[in-house]
Amino acid sequence: MPAADSWRPEAGLTELRARAVLLAQLRAFFAARDILEVETPLLCSYPVTDPNVVPMTSGERWLQTSPEYAMKRLLAAGSGPIYQVCKAFRAGEAGASHNPEFTMLEWYRPGFELPQLMAEVGELMAAVLERDSYRVVSYREIFCEQLQLDPFSASDAELEACVRSHIDYRPGPEPRDLWLDLLLSHVIEPRLTTEGLLFVHDYPASQAALARLREDASGCYAERFELYVDGVELANGYCELTDAAEQRCRFEHDNQLLQARGQPPRPLDEWLLQALQSGLPMCSGVALGVDRLLQAKLGLAQLREGLSFPWERS
Amino acid sequence: MASYSTNDFRSGLKVMLEGDPCSIIDNEFVKPGKGQAFNRVKLRNYKTGRVWERTFKSGESLEAADVMDRDLEYLYNDGEFWHFMEPETFEQYQADANAVGDAAKWLKEQDRCEVTLYNDSPLAVTAANFVELEIVETDPGLKGDTASGGSKPATLSTGAVVKVPLFLSQGEIIRIDTRSGEYVGRGKS
Repeated sequence: MPAADSWRPEAGLTELRARAVLLAQLRAFFAARDILEVETPLLCSYPVTDPNVVPMTSGERWLQTSPEYAMKRLLAAGSGPIYQVCKAFRAGEAGASHNPEFTMLEWYRPGFELPQLMAEVGELMAAVLERDSYRVVSYREIFCEQLQLDPFSASDAELEACVRSHIDYRPGPEPRDLWLDLLLSHVIEPRLTTEGLLFVHDYPASQAALARLREDASGCYAERFELYVDGVELANGYCELTDAAEQRCRFEHDNQLLQARGQPPRPLDEWLLQALQSGLPMCSGVALGVDRLLQAKLGLAQLREGLSFPWERS
Repeated sequence: MASYSTNDFRSGLKVMLEGDPCSIIDNEFVKPGKGQAFNRVKLRNYKTGRVWERTFKSGESLEAADVMDRDLEYLYNDGEFWHFMEPETFEQYQADANAVGDAAKWLKEQDRCEVTLYNDSPLAVTAANFVELEIVETDPGLKGDTASGGSKPATLSTGAVVKVPLFLSQGEIIRIDTRSGEYVGRGKS
């Protein structure tokens, strides 16, 4: 028997109204730029392959973890610039900044290189958060600045030693990216709470996900950025991978990682691969957490304070 | 023994860590943009009292600790052990100085207190938030001096020394907040 008042919403009327205003601001922002609002299915035939994202299922279908694959099929069919505000679902992601069901804003800009998209994200932040200054740093710079450690040239042993000097983490050995993830999430991010808006870009190639790779004399980088607002990750953007063969390799690599962890491989989205084969225009895209944006806008301590009914009561 | 996955972690959960029973104080889900998810957990070690922060990969699990909090009656101290009784079943438990810790100075015979049992033996003792104890020694009271705001030390029947207002005298019963160790008023008894 639930507590007598557990039927009540978590968010107050102030937060519910602020959410409605925010959604209207987002739509006005994209309408003014002639970006088309689209809807794609929430229940999909194919899941994401990212081993670090656990999709939920409903009946025979997968609940989307982001609308990325379907939106790329629209782009390949010639949609031009598009955006979507939708629900996305990720199993097990619950906490002060996570709710397993959340609202996502995702948009794509054909012809945009990553710096242009970062600038547009900056304009959106100015419009909705009324904060118009931001800093752009590379993944290498933020590590050098905060830890005096180059994440590209440091050895695995140096990364591990740096982790163990800051936090108590017992398992090991671990893959290189896990040490980098620990340093970023446990040591660097907590120091960014007074940073305001911060774009971090040029990630290690091993963390490219669906971003294009760029190689120069100093190394190979994923053309990807993350936007932090006062230390909380708000958005993740890519200069999108358009090469179907490379996309298939990354899907298969994800499945190898899943199997190495003793988990079943996931079916590959052949429709996305066909779309890439037929020709995805060069484009950049970004996904942004709308609940976190509301949290930042209202200065809420917990994400749940801006949700009508958080996970435990949904 | 059952085990708990990081998904079950919440404050108050009792788990084993490095062979010691611990209580989870705080559990934070941390996930970098595209990377591995972690749980950053604060735990209190019941044996040492120390608070420890440790990071686990999400999905890892810890063995459950056979730890429970019981409301017991304090009976007496035999010079080495403190003895407690379950008031319904009359089952008795003895706790050593390590388990009783700072609570010793607030324990009065027949008072109820919270005893944390691990594998059925006392691991920690928490005195009630408020206890009433007799002043056994203090400077003579200044009759009528209820306004000057001054204080003086008073030794209580349990041996604890607390600061009390000047007007109180030996033999009086006072009420103490055991969490702060402060005098809060005259006792009712």
